[in-house]
Amino acid sequence: MQINGAQMVIEALIAEGVDTVFGYPGGAIMNVYDEIYKQNNFKHILTRHEQAAVHAAEGYSKASGKVGVAMITSGPGFTNAVTGLADAYMDSIPLVVISGQVPMSLIGTDAFQEIDAVGISRSCTKHNYLVTNAADLPRVLKEAFYIASSGRPGPVHVDIPKDVTAQIAEFDYSIELDLETYKPHIKGNPRQIKKAMEAIAKSRRPLFYLGGGIINSNAADEVRELVHKTGIPAVETFMARGTLSHDDDLLISMLGMHGSYAANMAMSETDLVIALGARFDDRVTGKLSEFAKNAGVIHVDIDPASISKLINADYPIVGDVKNVVKEMLELSSQVKPEKYASWRDTISKFDELHPLAYHEDTDRIKPQWVIERVGQLLGDDANISTDVGQHQMWTAQFYPFSRPRQFISSGGLGTMGFGFPAAMGVKSACPEKISVNFTGDGSILMNCQELMTAVEQKLPVINIILNNNFLGMVRQWQTLFYDKRHSETDLSVQPDFVKLSEAFGGIGYRVNTKEEFDAALKDAVEKNIVAFIDVVVERMENVMPMVPSGGSLFNMMLLEKKEK
Amino acid sequence: MEASERRVISVIVVNEASVLSRITDLFSGRGYNITSLTVAPIPDSKYSRLTIVTSGSIRVIEQITKQLHKLIPVLRVYEHADLVEKEMALVKFPITENITDISTLCEAYNGKIVNVGDNVIIVMVADEPKRVENFLQVIKRYNPKEIVRSGAVALER
Repeated sequence: MQINGAQMVIEALIAEGVDTVFGYPGGAIMNVYDEIYKQNNFKHILTRHEQAAVHAAEGYSKASGKVGVAMITSGPGFTNAVTGLADAYMDSIPLVVISGQVPMSLIGTDAFQEIDAVGISRSCTKHNYLVTNAADLPRVLKEAFYIASSGRPGPVHVDIPKDVTAQIAEFDYSIELDLETYKPHIKGNPRQIKKAMEAIAKSRRPLFYLGGGIINSNAADEVRELVHKTGIPAVETFMARGTLSHDDDLLISMLGMHGSYAANMAMSETDLVIALGARFDDRVTGKLSEFAKNAGVIHVDIDPASISKLINADYPIVGDVKNVVKEMLELSSQVKPEKYASWRDTISKFDELHPLAYHEDTDRIKPQWVIERVGQLLGDDANISTDVGQHQMWTAQFYPFSRPRQFISSGGLGTMGFGFPAAMGVKSACPEKISVNFTGDGSILMNCQELMTAVEQKLPVINIILNNNFLGMVRQWQTLFYDKRHSETDLSVQPDFVKLSEAFGGIGYRVNTKEEFDAALKDAVEKNIVAFIDVVVERMENVMPMVPSGGSLFNMMLLEKKEK
Repeated sequence: MEASERRVISVIVVNEASVLSRITDLFSGRGYNITSLTVAPIPDSKYSRLTIVTSGSIRVIEQITKQLHKLIPVLRVYEHADLVEKEMALVKFPITENITDISTLCEAYNGKIVNVGDNVIIVMVADEPKRVENFLQVIKRYNPKEIVRSGAVALER
């Protein structure tokens, strides 16, 4: 059929089964928005900032497992979206981001709202396109969705000049893709898998190191089965939270900079690291030369470039975690769980020695208490997003996650301002779950304009602000490593968050006591509109334990014992 | 620091807009070094071949080849070990220099005089990069006015 480029975009989105598009219109993308107006196949959510549109698409994708879609205009619309693209790239989130561009005839003339969008997005996308002819659009859009969602997932950016969206050409979306240069390795090498399983059977203190790739490839069920069949304890990365349920006996919690003592000690004492969909990030490994020093390494990853990048893999397996773990399961009978009983005991003792904990305070609310409390009250009924900072780490430490895709946060890029828009995306993907965003008084101001989107679109995100009047994580580092010189981290001058929320038509609560918190959360859940719960918490609380940047995992700063 | 070695990498890419910048951006964005880069279409195909001379430790070179391979338009990446490698150089001399000497030298380096003008002569040589380097050292005494090098091209033996 002969249609114009803008109509092709709509038809492609429909053919891809897209039900929600996040975006913000402007001059160069107007033809496409005109077609959005005319259709009823998918919902468009108008955010109030392009960065938020991309974060919302990320939240949607992370919660649903589908490709997230964002639509933006040229120039500033695009540059605003770059942070979202970079965030999605670092966390391997499948996105298709479509931007308008100035007409072909004006490209390169420094035209109004012109920017070299594909030049900018090249380093923060899996792939990108500048479409110069409408006849290419069906192929490009089909490739974009395929590339975004296959292999190691990631964001794909499609930049379309305004005249191309008006150009008429043949549209046939049933075309076969011919990507001879892009063939991700999905299946792991069977011989390598066999060798890896033999190594596991021989090891005495093996340890599963579970990464975000497990969530991306929907492999949590298979991984749970493998962990239980083998009886081998497991640590989760920040990105893998929820792979094993919080009450699983074999889960030793999170590892890394703010991981638990037991998880980091287990990693330091293991003789065989079984890394599944994890990439040995510096926030996980600490000092590389001391990381799992006496251990062999099995590394399963779909991205060949991730294997042996930082830590040499003795058993490299390139493939989709889900496929590889399925094959490992078939060979798992040779692994005897009873063999690891004393290893599990050793780890339990680590945990008893220094459990994840905090000191209660009778006068003031401790931020960790708030997270635990939400866990007690909402537990599995809530999907949890976070912004970036201390609250994020406390959430990863203290929320009782019970399933994959329950925890949505910005891991790799560490983007303040991610949480609220992402939580809106989560809510639109999973309307039956309560959407909670843990945030800080620093982070929330980075995308608080989304109150308007949440009110308008009826996306009742509950934002719990752990308010310490500080840029908390930076303050913590200043306290610990800069001799308490709290340079520019004091956020004592702040808006009235209750009024701020109310000004947009949301609801706000100022909470000073635990009783007030319970009441506010209950009320926010019942009222079911967007809420700010501004919780006054202890100002100087630190995230503990902690591995100082570049330090060894077994050399942690621990929570000080309280004097009786 | 791990030892840094000179390496030659060939990359076969789909001939499409911006593919060259994808390659060079990867190098600059990840802090890798490009010593020389030559690129030309492969005859009767939709591909181009890039020859990249770079340097780095074994780990860095491995990352370079893996990261190059991740780029969507990249078909193949070869890291050469045993190869025939050639580079060309053009040099401009004042016509007042000893042309016979220069001409003889050029012949020793697989080259010749390619242009003679009123004030200058231009010569070309084509040889292994190391030998081109040698040639450029030797001809210094003839006061070369301008030198241009092509960067290496290479084929596996």
